[in-house]
Amino acid sequence: MKFSGTDRYVATDDLQMAVNAAITLQRPLLVKGEPGTGKTMLAEELATALGKPLLRWHIKSTTKAQQGLYDYDAVSRLRDSQLGDDRVHDIRNYIRKGMLWQAFEADEQVVLLIDEIDKADIEFPNDLLTELDKMEFDVYETGERIAARQRPIVIITSNNEKELPDAFLRRCFFHYIAFPDKDTLQSIVDVHFPQIEQKLVREALEIFFRLREVPSLKKKPSTSELIDWLKLLLADRIPPEVLASQDPSSAMPPLYGALLKNEQDVHMLQRLAFMARREAR
Amino acid sequence: MLIDLFSSLRRGQVPVSLRELLDLISALEQQVASLDVNDFYLLARACLVKDEKYYDRFDRAFGQYFAGLQAQGDITDALIPSHWLDSDFIKQLSEEERAQIEALGGLDKLLETLKQRLEEQGERHAGGNKWIGTGGTSPFGHSGYNPEGVRIGGESKHKRAVKVWEQRQFRNLDDSVELGTRNIKVALRKLRKFARTGAADQLDLDDTIRSTARNAGLLDLKMVPERHNAAKVLLFLDVGGSMDPFIRTCEELFSAARTEFKHLEYFYFHNCVYEKVWRDNRRRYDEAIPTLDVLHTYGRDYRVIFVGDAAMSPYELVDRFGSVEHMNEEPGQLWLQRILDTWDKVIWLNPSSERYWQYTQSTQMIRQQVEGHMYPLTLEGLEAGIRYLSR
Repeated sequence: MKFSGTDRYVATDDLQMAVNAAITLQRPLLVKGEPGTGKTMLAEELATALGKPLLRWHIKSTTKAQQGLYDYDAVSRLRDSQLGDDRVHDIRNYIRKGMLWQAFEADEQVVLLIDEIDKADIEFPNDLLTELDKMEFDVYETGERIAARQRPIVIITSNNEKELPDAFLRRCFFHYIAFPDKDTLQSIVDVHFPQIEQKLVREALEIFFRLREVPSLKKKPSTSELIDWLKLLLADRIPPEVLASQDPSSAMPPLYGALLKNEQDVHMLQRLAFMARREAR
Repeated sequence: MLIDLFSSLRRGQVPVSLRELLDLISALEQQVASLDVNDFYLLARACLVKDEKYYDRFDRAFGQYFAGLQAQGDITDALIPSHWLDSDFIKQLSEEERAQIEALGGLDKLLETLKQRLEEQGERHAGGNKWIGTGGTSPFGHSGYNPEGVRIGGESKHKRAVKVWEQRQFRNLDDSVELGTRNIKVALRKLRKFARTGAADQLDLDDTIRSTARNAGLLDLKMVPERHNAAKVLLFLDVGGSMDPFIRTCEELFSAARTEFKHLEYFYFHNCVYEKVWRDNRRRYDEAIPTLDVLHTYGRDYRVIFVGDAAMSPYELVDRFGSVEHMNEEPGQLWLQRILDTWDKVIWLNPSSERYWQYTQSTQMIRQQVEGHMYPLTLEGLEAGIRYLSR
């Protein structure tokens, strides 16, 4: 069971190694990297490649660790007791299973994605320590112990908005997805647009990397922005010559809205272009 | 065999523990990686390093482990920053500086000699006039007097080195975690005191069950207000003069504190607090607030945070009329003491580097006065300070 990328996802050597080590040793894999470098996609593609179902648990600032295990719906039970519903005698009817529970009791091994763990409260990772380590937990309401039938493959992503606690890190394997170099990016584009004209890609990459080098951009465009931009370029049938004729300093790249998501960045680039034009005169 | 790698990493200050080493060994046992140095490197990194900021340290330590003494040569390469090879670098130099470099036979020659010396020299050196070290008159090293000097590491004392660069500037991700608003928020969040006030909009399960039972089984919902942070903070910020280089850090701290604390009151002062503080820098002369009012307005449960570099002339602290900008009837130290007497928990965050504190008399005096609770305005310092405040 080795992961080596899919026909839609390019995995670099170091990423493959980290994923395979995590699978073999049955540890969670923590993936960090710039937004848009394919952290979430890794879990999706890993599930496809291994032919396993994917369970997603998206973390928000209000998410509690307990919700991943189960929720006890006390209010429904109280209501049912008023109405004289028979279900009320069994507490099990009011326990809703969380993502971890579902992953633990699945018939086959699943891939569990815990997405953007850094969005939650700072104590969140600490509350999951034993659950992820031993892959078991207790349900206090019924006194049951839920243990994983097969340890799920756990992929955790983080955008580095918070430092994660050491004790949590020790239990995970870690990989940082670095921003891809030109060759890797080229192969990523090839995977997404097999039919695309090579010249267009070359020109587009040229502009893209030049844009990434502009100092003090608030949000540098990343891989997913590049893919979106190429989609637009193709949809609008922009010929490669238009991109090629782009004087580095002259103006904004066509359809720049897909690359720059921040108004201040657009303004700054326009100002830079204006200054360059004035200098050229 | 991996014990050596392990200790080499620990020496290289990569935080690894035994658990990670055991992980690596069991990964090797289960043949995750082939017997290839490259694969081993990738596997070791995945197992041992838990944060991208340590990648660079890991690379160095791993390199030393594998190459042994050969690493010495690599260091020479690392010592030459790439921008020296750009023509831009030459342009940055002044006419005078270029002439000085010529005196030593040009920049290339200078670099060449530097490389040579690095190779010849095996150990640390101080004084003297040939070897690379500290305080000598050789053109290489730091804190020396040779105008053509190339500074290696350390910091300029006489501002004469050809170009200021630190040995390890090429690290990319190492220490990239700077003090951003987000980090500050996380640090500040540790100062929380939960309290329930305001509108009741959350179901209180225990109370509901209790009162439903008492109600002979008729459902009686009980609500409580949501828990939120009730920590109260007074923030005193030093503005102007020597604080100018730290504006960005202070802005970030301020914006983080604003969102994190519901009860935050802030005031500005210059160098030291006297009888007046103000809330709006543009109108500081029209709308100043008497410090006495501040002392009497806010309760003892407030925590006080000063932000300032505490660098001033000692007269501003101890003498009447010592202030640089107005005639103060009472010395600054007295006002500071009044604040310390009013509130129990007071810390002073100092944005200037901790190493320089001992050279400024006023910093020492203030540090003493706040009973040692002066912390550097770094993530670590902030955390230590907040820990004290929340105790």
